[in-house]
Amino acid sequence: MTEHVLEARGLTKRYGHVVAMDDCHFDLRPGEILAVIGDNGAGKSTLIKALTGAVIPDTGSISVNGQEVQFRSPLDARRAGIETVYQELGVAPALDITQNLYLGREQRRKGILGSVFRKLDKASMRHGSARQMADLGIRVQSIRQKVETLSGGQRQAVAVARVAAWATSVVIMDEPTAALGVRETNQVLKLIERVRENGLPVVLISHNMPNVFQVADRIHIHRLGRRIAVVEPAHTTMEEAVAVMTGAKSPESLQTDGGTA
Amino acid sequence: MNASRTVRHIAASGLALSLVAAAAACSSDDDSPASVAGADDVTIGIVELNLSNPFFGTLQKATEAAATAKGWKVMKAEAKVPGDSATQVTAIENMINRGVKAIVLDPANPTALVPVVKQARDKGILVVTVNATLTPIDAADATFATDNTAAGRLIGQWAKASVPANPRIAMLDFDLSDGPAGGRHNGFLEGFGIKDGDPQIAGAALTKGTIETGQAAMENLLSAHPDINTVYTINEPVAAGAYTALKAKGLDGKATTVSVDGACSGVQDVKDGIIGATAMQFPSKMGEMAVAAAEAFISGGTKPQSGLTDSGTVLITDKPVAGLESQTSEWGLQNCWGEK
Amino acid sequence: MTSAPPREIDAALLEQEEDRGGGVRALLGNQVAGPLAALVLAIIIFGLTTSTFLNAGNLSLIATQSVVVGTLALGQTLIILTAGIDLANGAIMVLASVVIGNLATDGNALLALAAGVLVCVVMGGLNGVLIARFSLPPFIVTLGMLSVLSAVARLYTDSQSYPINSDLLTVLNRGLTVGGVTITYGVLLWIGLTAVLGYALTQTAWGSHVYAVGDNRVAAALTGIKVKRVLLSVYLTAAVVYAFAAWQALGRTPTADPSGYATANLDSITAVVIGGTSLFGGRGGVVGTFIGALIVTVLANGLTQAGIDSLYQQVATGVLVVIAVAVDHFVRTRQTR
Repeated sequence: MTEHVLEARGLTKRYGHVVAMDDCHFDLRPGEILAVIGDNGAGKSTLIKALTGAVIPDTGSISVNGQEVQFRSPLDARRAGIETVYQELGVAPALDITQNLYLGREQRRKGILGSVFRKLDKASMRHGSARQMADLGIRVQSIRQKVETLSGGQRQAVAVARVAAWATSVVIMDEPTAALGVRETNQVLKLIERVRENGLPVVLISHNMPNVFQVADRIHIHRLGRRIAVVEPAHTTMEEAVAVMTGAKSPESLQTDGGTA
Repeated sequence: MNASRTVRHIAASGLALSLVAAAAACSSDDDSPASVAGADDVTIGIVELNLSNPFFGTLQKATEAAATAKGWKVMKAEAKVPGDSATQVTAIENMINRGVKAIVLDPANPTALVPVVKQARDKGILVVTVNATLTPIDAADATFATDNTAAGRLIGQWAKASVPANPRIAMLDFDLSDGPAGGRHNGFLEGFGIKDGDPQIAGAALTKGTIETGQAAMENLLSAHPDINTVYTINEPVAAGAYTALKAKGLDGKATTVSVDGACSGVQDVKDGIIGATAMQFPSKMGEMAVAAAEAFISGGTKPQSGLTDSGTVLITDKPVAGLESQTSEWGLQNCWGEK
Repeated sequence: MTSAPPREIDAALLEQEEDRGGGVRALLGNQVAGPLAALVLAIIIFGLTTSTFLNAGNLSLIATQSVVVGTLALGQTLIILTAGIDLANGAIMVLASVVIGNLATDGNALLALAAGVLVCVVMGGLNGVLIARFSLPPFIVTLGMLSVLSAVARLYTDSQSYPINSDLLTVLNRGLTVGGVTITYGVLLWIGLTAVLGYALTQTAWGSHVYAVGDNRVAAALTGIKVKRVLLSVYLTAAVVYAFAAWQALGRTPTADPSGYATANLDSITAVVIGGTSLFGGRGGVVGTFIGALIVTVLANGLTQAGIDSLYQQVATGVLVVIAVAVDHFVRTRQTR
């Protein structure tokens, strides 16, 4: 199974009597957009937290590029190349685009200016952020613009650009379009496809079925704390996926792909 | 209230401390109301202003000492910050419940305490104010305080006789709506023989009654009027600040400063030539006079004479002028208040 | 950055990059322009209406008069940038100055000064731990500290003040005389501190983190910034600045007075707000604060010289505070769409 960028086997997590994850599997292939869908309370967020180091599973294993890993904190996941875009806009509005892209990962000048005087290499960071924005096709007037002068979609684009810039293996997006209008949602969806084109696989958690069917290569359907099916949008309708997700239909009736529970 | 000194201690930040004051007012009742004074015991109440100011501390200690010398018990309370009449009202209510015979009050506000004082007097308690008056003044049975106008007049007369023929006066004031501050200001002008707006007044500035605000005000006035040679100050800390500013301009030997208070540090400044003359007031005497009035009332039922009784003011200077009674700084250091 | 090979880069984006004057322009950007205009306007008005305002001696006096509150306000700026507030900074400074004054009376002035720094760092550190580690609201923590420290300073001194005679402790009131005008070392120190803190805020990662923590604490934490550590570092840095303010105060007024500077906390907040720093955090800077402190002093100095009742000085200051807050509110609501 080494072709999987991110892989989980048999994850279990209990909170008292509540079973949040029940022998849950997960696979992400290189260069794909994998959507994760599930009803409220199905345990998607616990799965995502386990994959990003925010929750430590009771049992089970997680591998990144075939190497088994033990995430004890979000920092561990980040070190393994997994970056996350959160539903709430994870940007600092009063800072400019470059500062946001490099927040917490600032580059210092070479030599004594950097080592003793801790001086930032602003020119290099501006160049890097201009390149990153161009790579993702995000159009803004200037990378010196404060983020608060941007539209909601552009702000989320900055958050995505930030994550895509630092992720080396996986980009996870948790409801990235929940707060956006239709036009801005489309901008962000295009951006997600652009991230995939640039070589990074994306995990997209979303409630918005049309969005999911528009961009996903495969869809991971989550129910009662486990993966009950993985389907391809080309071979499955939205109605079928929702029916399985809500338990109205059995997963065996679907043409699945890439493993089952 | 004796603002010039009170305000030295203007305890910080309006909002911040009003919150603290409100909290303090709620918790100021630290006396058990259960233990009512017996028939043989005499208890009197002493209600002071904020004790962070040495003047009020001196006044309270003198009053307490005079009362305990007579074998009386004492209940004490004080305002937490300048103007904190709420704490004083609560304290007086407690003293009424406790059955005190007399209350010596240094009111934080001239009108806010009038109702509770009336309540006490209706219960047959003698209430005398010290240091400051109520409005109207006969709301209390008697008042023992410095006549601030007289104090201002003394230093005004001394300055008139001591400074050059072409005086250029700086007035370092405190908020003139405050009774004592206004009295001193007007008294000084009267003693000097001029009125507000007289061309001999080079400029006036408001201070907060502290060293650093006195210094800044003096610096600003000197910047506009380097010919200033006569400096009126609301109190001795302001005079000390003004001296720093004068000295920085090399004017410390050329200008004459007058002030009011008679604190030991101020008298020392007279001795050192920093202040030309100061009008000394007597907080201990205020307290002793108040206790004497209480004794006359408690033992014989005699009420003191209503209205203001001046506790006295003495001009302290080492450069006496003809026709104006004064004492030397040596005498002043024997009789001053606060830490020597 | 680890992204794929560059596509064509938007020309407009890179054009910005070539702009070498960026640092200066950022400094004089909209956050400093307003306060600077107000300062210049006030100076022009007083210069036209009084004959004595616009001379070199008076202008250097204004700078000298600004140093104590101005230095306190630099520390206050750091804290307000994190969306905090420090009501205790004046009390910390006064406590440090009376400790220095007392120890220097019979002892070594340098050791006394070191003790003053220690007082500030311990008290500021205590604020920082309560606010950063235990997530208590800064307003309440520093309100409590204000009350405690004001009382401690009076208990420690028995409400008496200490005269300061040491050359070391009053050195900041001396200075360089050029053409009859003296620029005190205290003013130079104030300018130097503003420059160092301005550099730290705009040219280092720590500065970006301070702004980010004040601007959007959740986002800052999500990017991996150690928010509590940043907050603690801000309160400790501010405390060191307060120690400099205590030294400035001893130079200005050679007396360590426990009842002095009772409104310095609010005065420092006034300077910060007039200087264009937002009380909601994340916006502003120390250069604006420097100008804000000068504006407050200019008003006091100019109105006194013009012979106008000092109460109008409070009116003018208050109006400027309201204008500054209104401008900040307008900026934030207009840009938060």
